[in-house]
Amino acid sequence: MLEVTRLSSRYGRIPALAGVDLSVGRGELVALVGANGAGKTTLLRVLSGVQPAADGIVRFENSDITGASPRQRVRMGIVQVPEGRQVFGPMTVDDNLRLGAFMRPQRETNAGLDRVYALFPALTNKRREPAGTLSGGQQQMLAIGRALMGKPKLLLLDEPSMGLAPRLVAEIFATIRALKDDAATILLVDQNANAALSIADRAYVLEVGRITLAGRGDELASHPRVRQAYLGL
Amino acid sequence: MSAESLQFVAGGLTTGAIYALVALGFSIIFNASGVINFAQGEFVMIGGMSAATLFASGMALPVAIACAVGAAGIVGLMLAKFAVGRARRADVVTLIIITIGASMLLRGLAQIVWDKRIHALPSLSGHRPVELFGATILPQSLWVLAVTIAVVAMLSWFFGQTRLGKAMLATSYNRLAAELVGIDVRIVLLASFGLAAVLGAIAGVLIAPITFVSYDSGVMLGLKGFAAAILGGLGSFPGAVVGGLTLGLLESLAAGYLSSAYKDVIAFVVMLAVLLVMPGGILGARTSARV
Ligand SMILES: Nc1ncnc2c1ncn2[C@@H]1O[C@H](COP(=O)(O)OP(=O)(O)OP(=O)(O)O)[C@@H](O)[C@H]1O
Ligand SMILES: [Mg+2]
Repeated sequence: MLEVTRLSSRYGRIPALAGVDLSVGRGELVALVGANGAGKTTLLRVLSGVQPAADGIVRFENSDITGASPRQRVRMGIVQVPEGRQVFGPMTVDDNLRLGAFMRPQRETNAGLDRVYALFPALTNKRREPAGTLSGGQQQMLAIGRALMGKPKLLLLDEPSMGLAPRLVAEIFATIRALKDDAATILLVDQNANAALSIADRAYVLEVGRITLAGRGDELASHPRVRQAYLGL
Repeated sequence: MSAESLQFVAGGLTTGAIYALVALGFSIIFNASGVINFAQGEFVMIGGMSAATLFASGMALPVAIACAVGAAGIVGLMLAKFAVGRARRADVVTLIIITIGASMLLRGLAQIVWDKRIHALPSLSGHRPVELFGATILPQSLWVLAVTIAVVAMLSWFFGQTRLGKAMLATSYNRLAAELVGIDVRIVLLASFGLAAVLGAIAGVLIAPITFVSYDSGVMLGLKGFAAAILGGLGSFPGAVVGGLTLGLLESLAAGYLSSAYKDVIAFVVMLAVLLVMPGGILGARTSARV
């Protein structure tokens, strides 16, 4: 579904990605792990089109989208939950979710809202509250819900468990798992490598802009280098 | 309230409403792009000058006004597209300098297209003052207030209910998230300049019958509108209205009770005081509260 070939990107003259090869098949949950500053967020930004690729090719459903605008990619079904949630703070939860459906036909909106509120009941009685007043966990649910409103074919998740209490981390991972069982295609970045690898079909390790290891989730979870560097074992 | 103070208040609200319209333009563009558009006053001038010359050439007043507002809107779109849009990747300071250059260019062009003389525009419904509780009020003042109220109502509908309006608000709250849901931030930028230009031009055609208009009459109105936006909190729409009316009232009362020499100083004193004492402005807590 997604094929990334020799992808490079830089901030000014500082390279952040140096020839990344990666693929995600339909219905797969692929995890991307790596240390701080490895380039994980940069990769997702390039995939969403908010950061230009310096070199390489991104193909989605067999068409070259390397130069496509963020808007075109959302329309094609590539939707991102960005790092740090990035909700529209002063707007209500309901408005945040409706904006998630910005590229969808209006008649789908109500069904989409029902679906998100069923998935995250904690958001239901906050519908009319400004998103900025929600707790961190609720904001993360809102950010995921907003992305789901865009009917993603490929969901990009950047650090969905960052800064959350352990109980909420488990809840978010259970949700991601449920989405996967519901046949969603997901590319997941998370610092919680243990949890990410345990639910992933496949995984990649990114180090200073390069993919250094790739394999099945459980394989990587037991790989000595991964255990030492990312699982702290 | 004495008839005299009522008179000052009526005058203050009239100019205050004009400042509010100009301030709204500053805040709309600031929200969409982080840019302070120093050509905002020129939109006011273009509105007033176009309406005055179109009317003088024989056009019916309402048609002349509509064309003038439309023309200013087009100038606003062109400024966004050719100047600001081109330099999209430039930083905000560069963009602000571009708008300063644009304001000088527009004043220069106005001298060529028109002239350096002062032009008049007739009032929408005569010049015979209305008596109200002992104060004499120009009918144009009532037009200014009524149109401003209508514009504010339409803006709150636009930003609260329409797809484009909500997209513009969302972009101002979080540009990255807006792009990630598929909002085209270039369209938002264009729309913000177009809308700000239309608001400025409306202010221009409303004030022209009271104060006359010339190629450089946008300079002072632009600065006053900017002071009003700062006073209310740059980026806040209710703040722009409150800031505009407050500044208009302060000016009018100072001119009435102290000396008219103080009138133009007030705006700058207010602006400095706000920047020193409460940089967020009256209603501008939003930007500072955001983390
Ligand atoms: N806006 C920016 N300007 C300049 N350099 C940047 C910018 N954003 C990221 N970088 C640099 O690019 C590299 C990759 O950063 P990126 O945010 O993609 O890493 P990451 O893997 O997501 O890290 P983290 O785990 O901290 O989120 C880092 O060296 C970082 O310092
Ligand atoms: Mg990151």
